[in-house]
Amino acid sequence: MSTETAKPVFKNGIARWIDDRLPLLSWAQAEFVDYPAPKNLNYWWNFGSLAGIVLVLQILTGLFLTMHYTPHTDMAFASVEHIMRDVNFGWLLRYAHANGASMFFIVVYIHMFRGLYYGSYKAPRELLWMLGVVILLLMMATAFMGYVLPWGQMSFWGAKVITNLFSAVPIFGETIVTWLWGGFTVDNPTLNRFFALHYLLPFVIFAVVFLHILALHQFGSNNPVGIDITKKDKIPFHPYYTIKDAFGLCVFFMVYGAFVFFAPNVLGHADNYIPANPLVTPAHIVPEWYFLPFYAILRAITFDIFWIIPAKLGGVIAMFGAIAVLFVLPWLDTSRVRSARFRPIYKWLFWVFLADCVVLGYVGANPPEGWLPTIGLLATIYYFAHFLIIMPLLGKLERPLPLPDSINKPVLPASGAATAQPAE
Amino acid sequence: MADTGTLTADGETRRDFLGIVAWSGLGIGAAAVVWPLVYSMNPSADVLALSTTTVDLSGIEEGMAITVMWRGSPVFVRHRTTAEIDEAEDVDIDTLRDPEADSARVTKPEWLVVSGVCTHLGCVPLGNKPTEPRGEYGGWFCPCHGSVFDTSGRIRQGPAPTNLPVPPYAFESDTSILIG
Amino acid sequence: MRRMLEKTLGGMALALALVTGAAAAEGPETLTRDWPQQGVFGTYDRHALQRGFQVYSGVCAGCHSLEYMAFRNLESLGYDEDEIVAIAAQYTVMDGPDDAGDMFERTAVPSDHKPAPFANEQQARAANGGALPPDLSLITKARAGGEDYIYSLLVGYEEPPAGVEVPPGMNYNAYFPGHQIAMAQPLYDGMVEYQDGTQPTISQMAADVTQFLAWVAEPKMEERKRTGIKVMLFLLILAIIFYAYKRRIWADVH
Repeated sequence: MSTETAKPVFKNGIARWIDDRLPLLSWAQAEFVDYPAPKNLNYWWNFGSLAGIVLVLQILTGLFLTMHYTPHTDMAFASVEHIMRDVNFGWLLRYAHANGASMFFIVVYIHMFRGLYYGSYKAPRELLWMLGVVILLLMMATAFMGYVLPWGQMSFWGAKVITNLFSAVPIFGETIVTWLWGGFTVDNPTLNRFFALHYLLPFVIFAVVFLHILALHQFGSNNPVGIDITKKDKIPFHPYYTIKDAFGLCVFFMVYGAFVFFAPNVLGHADNYIPANPLVTPAHIVPEWYFLPFYAILRAITFDIFWIIPAKLGGVIAMFGAIAVLFVLPWLDTSRVRSARFRPIYKWLFWVFLADCVVLGYVGANPPEGWLPTIGLLATIYYFAHFLIIMPLLGKLERPLPLPDSINKPVLPASGAATAQPAE
Repeated sequence: MADTGTLTADGETRRDFLGIVAWSGLGIGAAAVVWPLVYSMNPSADVLALSTTTVDLSGIEEGMAITVMWRGSPVFVRHRTTAEIDEAEDVDIDTLRDPEADSARVTKPEWLVVSGVCTHLGCVPLGNKPTEPRGEYGGWFCPCHGSVFDTSGRIRQGPAPTNLPVPPYAFESDTSILIG
Repeated sequence: MRRMLEKTLGGMALALALVTGAAAAEGPETLTRDWPQQGVFGTYDRHALQRGFQVYSGVCAGCHSLEYMAFRNLESLGYDEDEIVAIAAQYTVMDGPDDAGDMFERTAVPSDHKPAPFANEQQARAANGGALPPDLSLITKARAGGEDYIYSLLVGYEEPPAGVEVPPGMNYNAYFPGHQIAMAQPLYDGMVEYQDGTQPTISQMAADVTQFLAWVAEPKMEERKRTGIKVMLFLLILAIIFYAYKRRIWADVH
């Protein structure tokens, strides 16, 4: 990949001997030490490596949790309580893992919005972005199945509602759902396969992350200015970005720790401390916060579309469509310019879109009463309009600001003032 | 890891010092993350709480033995006959592989309490039931690799390196003991 | 750029508060109390826990199980080993099978979990007019509103307002969602005699037993917060060190 850097020579004889035969060290040296990164990356670029670290942490805490967990409907809930009460540091493992899932989504969502703002998905980084969307999808599947494992009320009913989505598939719906369940409802076979897959998928994510990094290093990182930069505007990843990332990691861990140690249950739902009961549905079935916008989109379609697509299927299509549209975003955005810094209109519409996602989250968190279904529908329409109408048209209509020749010019004078002020 | 990157003439020492502190701090942090993970594999509180077992001796007739569970492994409790006690006490301990006097292995001579796990590779020796072979020395015989134990649970023949260990126990009354 | 980061983090916190706060708003508004276990430095009040255990044992235990509490856990309420053995000895648990294949009853020991008042859900329902008294080991975490809700429920029994019909077998409670609760008023003034001489008023007993139940639900809370404070201090220092280091390393870049 980085062909311009010469193969490093290791001082240590053993290292040199191994590297001659298995060039793992020189690969790591090239990709994580010498990797030339733009020198003007701001703190929003911390979230990529942060996401990688959170993934590793989730795999680690998860591994040790499985040593104490029992995937059986009769014992799952009790085994989680066993972890919380009797296992050494069990409370820490479980709270770190449960809140870690939330942190993973926060970090990845910020990472994605950063990509949206600075046009990191645009050519030649389309595949990099698409691999990222694959990671998001895998994360969602993993998080959903992980939430089922404690076998509380929300676990059970969440599993039931989400697997039932597939019953909307024409003709084969019922067959697919029965196959997913391994029975006639969510039960022990379902729990067992969810456990198996919840263990497997993180490693698939890990592999896709590897591809994601491979694609990233092909053309190098995008940067806040969004222009292609020359070698002289790049600095080695180590020590510059390792140290910056380590600083970011400390700050991130303080946020993470605040949840784990002082508010471990605020992001969860009280009903999941009630053992699963197939006879009683909780008053409000609410997914975890990171699914709320998608849940709102699912619920927004309450009417048959064109008399052919029934409302149930319409909602499912809309929800999956909300992610599918991200795959084609690199081709929907017709602008010549990457960074929103030089796109006076998109700069604002980005914040409108972010606000739209928050509105969707709010709608998803609340029972569909009063004005909320209407707001949810409007927000859903805007979500798709942003990608399908605004992005293609804006690229043609918007007149971008003149781009600098090099990142040195705009970066030096007060870097804070150059960025967009949030609309909120 | 301790490599602090490009150095300039001025501020070299301070940057070095800062770098060492920072990177070792991160190392300590990483160790602090790993420690609870690894430590979680130790016995949990409920397992530790079950580490005592009360055994009722009243039903065990002379010459008989029972197997009880203590910490998930078998423990042999044997009511020895006078002949068996004499046999155990009369051995010249210098001839033993793991020299130990019988008196050091019992609290009351008629009751022998030993671990039921062979010290060779962890099999359960035979000899507790009257139908099972007790080996040449009247104690226990391990079917896995042929270790033979005497009426004090000491190794006499075969590959086991040491005697069957005596678990900590105490008489709660004349007819019951608390193991653990 | 730092301002932008701050603003966004603030916005995220706001969005989070909107989303979670909205989800929590169900049922009548509860009374609120200052609980000693609240906050970053909050710890359990051992005296209140012991009193609460007394209320639980004397009043609640007749119908409500405490599945996940073992007698050995009472150590963190301040009881010593002999006291715990004595408390456990008041209960019998089913054990076995013995050598004849029969189950037998024996005196409970500290490693046992507290036996449930009913053998199974059906028996519990049959004895309670069809209603199931929930297990209380996680109750403060399993109800939106937590301690405040449990306390409010216990003190919330009152005469139904005019025009509200309460069917037989049900009771009016100001804080129960829907106001119709199958559990009869459990606490009355002077119901238990506190060993430490505290006045056993309804609100005192309700507060005590609520704190006890909060401890049962989250026995590792104090360890968690203690660890958390150390971790946060360490991270704060390390963050400052890395920030200084970063400033220094980056000084020659621009």
